Amino acid sequence: MKVLFAALMLAGAAVTTAAPPSGVRDAAVIGSAFPATLAEFGFFNDASASRPAVGVTPYRLNTPLWSDGADKHRFLYLPPGARAVAQGEGLLELPVGAALIKTFVFGPRKVETRVLLHRAEGWVALPYQWNEAQTEARLVIAGARVSLTTPTGQAISYAIPNKNQCKECHALAGAVVPIGPKARNLDAAWLTALHRAGRLDTIPVVARRVPVWEQRAKAPIAAAARGYLDANCAHCHNPAGSASNSGLDLRWEQSDRAAIGIAKRPVAAGRGAGTFEYDIAPGDPEHSILLYRMRSLEGGVAMPELGRATVDEAGVATVRAWIASLR
Amino acid sequence: MRMTRTLIAPALALAIATPLHAKTIEVAAGDGAQTRLQEALIVAQPGDVVSIGAGRFALTDGLSLDVANVTVRGAGMEATVLDFTTQQGAGEGLLVTSDDVTLRDFAIENPHGDGIKSKGADRIVYYRTRVTWTGGPKETNGAYGIYPVESTGVLIDGVKVSGASDAGIYVGQSKDITIRNSIAEGNVAGIEIENSRNALVLSNYVTRNTGGILVFDLPALPVMGGGNVMVGGNLVVGNDTPNFAPKGNIVASVRRGTGIMVMANDHVEVIANQLDANPTAQIMVITYPLPFTDQRYNPVPRQIMLVANSFGRGGYDPQLPGAPALLAAFGGSLPPILWDGLGEPPQAGKSANANAWSLNLPKQGADPAQARPAPFHLPDWVPTPPGAAPLPRKGAPEALDARLNL
Repeated sequence: MKVLFAALMLAGAAVTTAAPPSGVRDAAVIGSAFPATLAEFGFFNDASASRPAVGVTPYRLNTPLWSDGADKHRFLYLPPGARAVAQGEGLLELPVGAALIKTFVFGPRKVETRVLLHRAEGWVALPYQWNEAQTEARLVIAGARVSLTTPTGQAISYAIPNKNQCKECHALAGAVVPIGPKARNLDAAWLTALHRAGRLDTIPVVARRVPVWEQRAKAPIAAAARGYLDANCAHCHNPAGSASNSGLDLRWEQSDRAAIGIAKRPVAAGRGAGTFEYDIAPGDPEHSILLYRMRSLEGGVAMPELGRATVDEAGVATVRAWIASLR
Repeated sequence: MRMTRTLIAPALALAIATPLHAKTIEVAAGDGAQTRLQEALIVAQPGDVVSIGAGRFALTDGLSLDVANVTVRGAGMEATVLDFTTQQGAGEGLLVTSDDVTLRDFAIENPHGDGIKSKGADRIVYYRTRVTWTGGPKETNGAYGIYPVESTGVLIDGVKVSGASDAGIYVGQSKDITIRNSIAEGNVAGIEIENSRNALVLSNYVTRNTGGILVFDLPALPVMGGGNVMVGGNLVVGNDTPNFAPKGNIVASVRRGTGIMVMANDHVEVIANQLDANPTAQIMVITYPLPFTDQRYNPVPRQIMLVANSFGRGGYDPQLPGAPALLAAFGGSLPPILWDGLGEPPQAGKSANANAWSLNLPKQGADPAQARPAPFHLPDWVPTPPGAAPLPRKGAPEALDARLNL
């Protein structure tokens, strides 16, 4: 599966250049109903969702959101004739009728596929759970829990988010919006291919790209850590996000030291603050609330609040090294 | 029930406000309660009632509501219990992110994070809801019981919260707020109004907390400038639980035995409360004590009125440096009102209410060791001069009261 997906990635943008009629049912994407199965959208040519239909392009993020070590297979769907519009380094603007599709995979097993549909009334987020036979994914509007083993061998109760929880992470000023893909967190070659395929108006100029997570050792520690915090925290911790009241803004583009938590006191963190006084105590990761919450598994303390039942040791190590380097 | 009432409702306004197809979605206790309840909260349409039956609902994940104009109603705060003792995920028991929601007649027990949080949820009503950490005061309890934030129009009436490791009833960064007829017992802070404006805190029973009622304004929050608050007619007694808040939080600095505490803020009226058995101070008016860099922030209290409060015994076991010497100097117990000597002195007037003492701190952020404690007589209350711009109305919009009678 992984190999196949990698091959698709390389061929990705090329797929979109083919012109035959789309297998995607646009009415399912833009209609007001919540389709009961993933197959009803026609995003894939096979029941196991490995062969994307025409107009469905795989992509990856340089640094992704970590979800208990799940492999994520991401796809962008653009309806016939439509194209994305670059907005500088930020989010690609996607037209009504577009969709983002993300399948969460543990080992050989697909667990869930989340879709974000751009409808006339706004974006709609829906979660689909795969059956044991891996032949069908059904809508679980109230979410679900699934027992599984993570790549590091930990047995967990994995939470598929409900429709409202989708919004908790995807809310900006109260409306559902995609978190990505942002140009600065995408591969330049992928953006170029999408543009050449006529599916992106222009190739966005990116001054400072988020490092590729697997190659973070070659990147400055601040870039690796800030890229990680942007992907894992900033969807809520931004001035219009679900955690706006905290005053903590972990977006990549935020440069104010207090706003990103350096020597900032917590707001309404409750016992999430542990025994510590600052979100980030510069040079002192072990006394920084941010790292404490990344390392916790306890409800009310653990961050992110959703989508994590284990600790991301690689993420912790990167953020710890960055905080230790701060003065 | 709701359908019937809508049909017979004589008030035209009510009929217009309620969509024609408003329905009641019943959710009973039993197997699959988590999924059935969450589904009901998702599929509800504006105008609907989600009616939760009597019984105990064992829940493993936080619930959320994002549909406007929905009523979530149980069979009573003792009859319908949403039990989060085995909660695995989410930061709160119930999260509300939509406007015009009414939450009433149910209880939440042992949530791992906050009890009920409503964020950016305008015109919300909490009525006869209960949030309880059943093991009593513990540092491992969740932070806030009832927690509206970044909202305009908040009515909290007849609720009961106990065991919160921060504040039982906490309203933050909001406007037009009423908290009344409620009980806050055994929390670190009973009731806390933070960086909020136009609030009424009326006729509550606040006991066995570390601090009873706190009105705070803090720096470096997205919403700044708390004030125009009235704290009136509350029974604030026996707030003597040792502070059990985690150290990093501002309420961790609240002294055990504080009745009513005002920090920073402008225009706070503390009127006709009954205070008794608060061993550090019945009323405390102070300046924000920590360093800050936020240029928008004014750390001192301004225009604080303390009028017609009645004081029983207090200040007899203060959690303050040099307590034995202070008690000896003041003849066994401290005067009921403590001011730190910074900002404008609180005003009271010609009554026993003017009996105070001051720390006489030299400046904001000064070490308490620099205090020069001395008796202090509060100056007379100066009414707002004629011609001054009137303050906005305090409290939740009156229209929210109608929802209590549905």
